[in-house]
Amino acid sequence: MQPIISISNLSKTYANGFEALKNVSLDVRKGEIFALLGPNGAGKTTLINIVCGLVNPGTGSVRVGGHDIVADYRKTRSMIGLVPQELSMDAFETVFATVSFSRGLFGKPSDPAHIEKVLRSLSLWDKRKDKVMTLSGGMKRRVLIAKALAHEPEILFLDEPTAGVDVELRREMWAMVRGLRDTGVTIILTTHYIEEAQEMADRVGIISKGEIILVEDKDVLMRTLGKKQLRIELREPLAAVPTSLTSHGLDLAESGGMLVSTYDASADRTGITALFRDLAREGIAIRDVETRQSTLEEIFVGLLEERA
Amino acid sequence: MNIHAVRAIYRFEMARTFRTILQSIVSPVISTALYFVVFGAAIGSRIPEIGGVSYGAFIVPGLIMMSILTLSISNASFGIYFPRFTGTIYELLSAPVSHLEIVAAYVGAAATKSVMIGLVILATAALFVPLQIEHPLVMLLFLVLTSLSFSLFGFIIGIWADGFEKLQIIPLLVVMPLAFLGGTFYSIEMLPPFWHVVSLFNPVVYLVSGFRWSFIGAADVSVWTSLGMTVVFLLGCLAVTGWMFRTGYKLKN
Repeated sequence: MQPIISISNLSKTYANGFEALKNVSLDVRKGEIFALLGPNGAGKTTLINIVCGLVNPGTGSVRVGGHDIVADYRKTRSMIGLVPQELSMDAFETVFATVSFSRGLFGKPSDPAHIEKVLRSLSLWDKRKDKVMTLSGGMKRRVLIAKALAHEPEILFLDEPTAGVDVELRREMWAMVRGLRDTGVTIILTTHYIEEAQEMADRVGIISKGEIILVEDKDVLMRTLGKKQLRIELREPLAAVPTSLTSHGLDLAESGGMLVSTYDASADRTGITALFRDLAREGIAIRDVETRQSTLEEIFVGLLEERA
Repeated sequence: MNIHAVRAIYRFEMARTFRTILQSIVSPVISTALYFVVFGAAIGSRIPEIGGVSYGAFIVPGLIMMSILTLSISNASFGIYFPRFTGTIYELLSAPVSHLEIVAAYVGAAATKSVMIGLVILATAALFVPLQIEHPLVMLLFLVLTSLSFSLFGFIIGIWADGFEKLQIIPLLVVMPLAFLGGTFYSIEMLPPFWHVVSLFNPVVYLVSGFRWSFIGAADVSVWTSLGMTVVFLLGCLAVTGWMFRTGYKLKN
């Protein structure tokens, strides 16, 4: 499938000499939710800002919907909606006016019915006559999203969309983002809440020190780089792992009250059956058993530590 | 052309004017009325006619021009500086809108306000002094050209400034003195020869002179020279704004 965003060998060095992006190549597929993860200063916002036209590109090329972002900036920018990290809005305007302004700015004729639809979808319709300055932080964040959606973009960039947002609103936003994806909008989000990426993303890209170090389907990433643990709570604590069980690679935790086995969940033979058989043979009584999948955050931190 | 964007920015800027109508329109009208009371009535009554008209009528074009210069600069500079200050400039820079369209919308709105205020001041002046306008079309031409030129100049200041202090420096320390020394309240013919020559290096002299010619048919310099200087200033400002957008000066990294 033709990618909706295609970034090739993109580099960017700022005037102060800081190399924000180093030969970045990345394709984003139409209709997916793509999460771009990276520590502070990794180059996430620079990458987004170049695609959206806020930062001049260095070398390399960026194509959106098959169009070059410099030569065909009108076409590419009209396809994109951007929700910035900062709550930047004209405080003295009403919600309806500021969202309508955004639609006009992006070259679309006035359409109060569409603005109403967007405001209703974000639970902002009741606030349409309120000035932006009177809204709470969470409401302002919704207004930013409404402004980005006012011109019916095909691509939506969300730069840290739920920063400073309470848990309830965050879940509402996740639902809204999924709803947008279902209507065919491609979504690229940066976030430092990795659970957000784990919850929503179809694919994940990890950027560090201006370089893309990994791009993978989230599920594949979790399966291949993630670890699964079997945690066995014992009725009586052990002083040490019996020698007859050393072949299972067990660790003793919780002051000897728990045996932990790390295994490959995708392997044909996990060794779990043999482990339980050997435990029974040793007469070790079990109180409880649980399995635990490593989180995207653990994978992310592991990858960054590998590269450090 | 993204006409919807130009219209959206223009309307947004005009709405700001009407939201702050006291500051935008009433305040300059009151200031100008005070000038007429002080210079036109109190002092002007002791000054003989200049160019065949009373002193009060003589200073009308200069006062209008002085107001237009300062208001055009402040309106346009604030119009583009405020989005930079609040961060909302991101939306403008990420929109499918050309540099020329951005300039046309912001400068067009600022110039519209200036022309409106110029006409309101003109109407206010008519309450204080008997007015004559010998060349109304030329008067309108100068009004529009000057408003556009100095709105462009203000737009440049709004991009250049990185604080509210810088936003005020050029209007207060450069433009206002040039306006006072540019023949607003006197004819430069009244100056000693040396200062007369020095005055000819002041661009405001040409604006005031040309504008005054459209009122009373007499001027310190040729009306064509005035027109030429105004157009040169306009083109110079256009060139600078073009360069600013091309390079992303203080707008993009």
